[in-house]
Amino acid sequence: MEIIRYLEDDGTPQRDLPFLPEELLLGYRALRRARHFDERALVLQRQGRLGVYPPFRGQEAAQVGVALCLEPARDWLLPSYRETAAAITFGMPLSKLILSWRADPAGWGAPPEVNMVQFYIPIATQVPQAAGVAHALRLQGKEAVAAVFIGDGGTSEGDFHEGLNFASVFDAPLLVVVQNNGWAISVPTQKQMKVQRIALKAQGYGIPGVTVDGNDLVAVWAVAREAVARARAGEGPTLIEALTYRVAPHTSSDDPGRYRSEDEAEAWKKRDPIDRMRGCLVHLGLWDDEKEKALEEELEAEFLAAVEEADRVSEPRPWEIVEQVYAELQPDQRAAWNYLHGGEA
Amino acid sequence: MIAERGTRVINLVQAVNEALDLALERDPRVVLFGEDVGRMGGVFRASDGLQPKYGERRVFDTPLAESAIVGFAIGMAMAGLRPVAEIQFAGFLYPALDQILSHLGRMRHRTRGRFTIPLVIRAPYGGGVKTPEQHADSPEAILCHVPGVKVVIPSSPERAKGLLLAAIEDPDPVFFLEAIKLYRGVKAEVPEGYYTLPLGKARVVREGSAASLIAYGGMVEVCQKAAEVAAREGVELEVIDVETLVPLDTPTLVESVAKTGRAVVVYEAMRTGGFGAEIAARLAEEALDYLQAPVVRVAGWDAPYPPFSAVEHYYRPDVKRVLEAVRRVLSH
Repeated sequence: MEIIRYLEDDGTPQRDLPFLPEELLLGYRALRRARHFDERALVLQRQGRLGVYPPFRGQEAAQVGVALCLEPARDWLLPSYRETAAAITFGMPLSKLILSWRADPAGWGAPPEVNMVQFYIPIATQVPQAAGVAHALRLQGKEAVAAVFIGDGGTSEGDFHEGLNFASVFDAPLLVVVQNNGWAISVPTQKQMKVQRIALKAQGYGIPGVTVDGNDLVAVWAVAREAVARARAGEGPTLIEALTYRVAPHTSSDDPGRYRSEDEAEAWKKRDPIDRMRGCLVHLGLWDDEKEKALEEELEAEFLAAVEEADRVSEPRPWEIVEQVYAELQPDQRAAWNYLHGGEA
Repeated sequence: MIAERGTRVINLVQAVNEALDLALERDPRVVLFGEDVGRMGGVFRASDGLQPKYGERRVFDTPLAESAIVGFAIGMAMAGLRPVAEIQFAGFLYPALDQILSHLGRMRHRTRGRFTIPLVIRAPYGGGVKTPEQHADSPEAILCHVPGVKVVIPSSPERAKGLLLAAIEDPDPVFFLEAIKLYRGVKAEVPEGYYTLPLGKARVVREGSAASLIAYGGMVEVCQKAAEVAAREGVELEVIDVETLVPLDTPTLVESVAKTGRAVVVYEAMRTGGFGAEIAARLAEEALDYLQAPVVRVAGWDAPYPPFSAVEHYYRPDVKRVLEAVRRVLSH
């Protein structure tokens, strides 16, 4: 099965690129913005200023390429915990994301103009939900799509299959994006499935399935753009398998040295999606060190401002525990709320 | 509440059908789906005639997959619709428990109110009609242990119609369990047209002074029969229909026990960890001063509901067991 690629490992275009120069620059900026957040978030985590954090280093292109095709007020994003890069590109404010990984509920609700559901922790549960979102958008006559992300491990879950089946039966305008990063924590893909390509599973549901080089932003972007166009036109869902690699640990609490070789990680680092896209831009005469330095400074300023904004949010108050359980406080929640305000139990 | 209007004598499943019809007619956001609900009109005919009337976009069949039905419904609710999903039997909810526990009950909380789930999941439950394995389960206690959902179990056609319409209007997810035994087993006068009955209220079905029988769903009928038998012996039992299990109307239960001093809780799920245990615990916490005897539970045995129909009536609480429990609390 073909693996769709547009760029060589060093970024040299293999063929004509289906994007304008200004689009390519925008795409690179989105990649760098995500990487900057990830690097700085890990520093915050080590300083004790974030909770457990799942880094996405190496998987930027697989996420950014899809999110670049979506409109936050129109379309929907249902990410797993690995998709902070998709969330950033989709329009989630950085301060909200910092709060979210700080386990502060102030970061759990997307702004009204961003249709992103809070990061899902249980594996693949969001696939049937995304099918439902997509179907509801269609029933309401909106030409909008939903995009759902899971990892290769998620394809072992029943909800992955049930969700794909529902999406296909109802022609739901849905993108199911599987980031095949080789590992479900310590279990390699070969121990998760016999099939060589996850995209082949699409055949079981009668929908298109494509495998794309997930470290090639141009390839992911092009494939996702086509899938979004199909979905908007009422032609149903697409399964996208993005071949990529989790260079970083599963979370800030994980030690990948226990289960994989560093040689493997090093080999993948040589195919870094950002170096590759920069190589493409340099090849096309669109980028240089000066521009890189200016971008770096801009991103750092943006990040520091976001941290300051997040720091200004006061810690959650005890009674927030029982708020938003129901639309209105019910008797048991009311009693707890009173107690948490200093009243009697 | 119910205005002056005409009534007709119909059974509980017809009342459910009327409520669904009225909800679809009134609110274009309401959609109805599940296994066999469309063309066939549901295995119990709860959605009979609704697909021809409202079309396949609003009333439709789904593939056979309970987790996806619930997950799909969650997504549709988040995206602005008011889904009413049917699970063919409450005992078939188990594959959907991850969706229920991880998301249905906590989506409002985990998105700080950004995304809410105004969803109703209807499912028939309970025994008494000689169904195969798993079809007679009463899993309400499992559902009641999920924060963020409401659980409603009507005991009559009139209550079913008004409560279901209230559940569909409710901004939170509601499990609406319908006792299979009552579907065609009870008929009553049901008001015509649209009306709602408040969720979160228990009601006194029969007034009495000797002891309180506290039940819901299919067990209310059994308690009423027990009360009739006892009355012939001069023992006046009060019968309380819990009706909404979550949120529980504890004050009405306490008020009844304050009057009678004795309580028997009747439910057909297995006894250990069943919802009757919750009721008994609340009475112990809030009504101890009124109690003149320990609260006694009459429940299913701690065994799977028996699929061997010849003896299933030994599992499901009946008038005899309820009256034995009444004698115990009265003799204390």
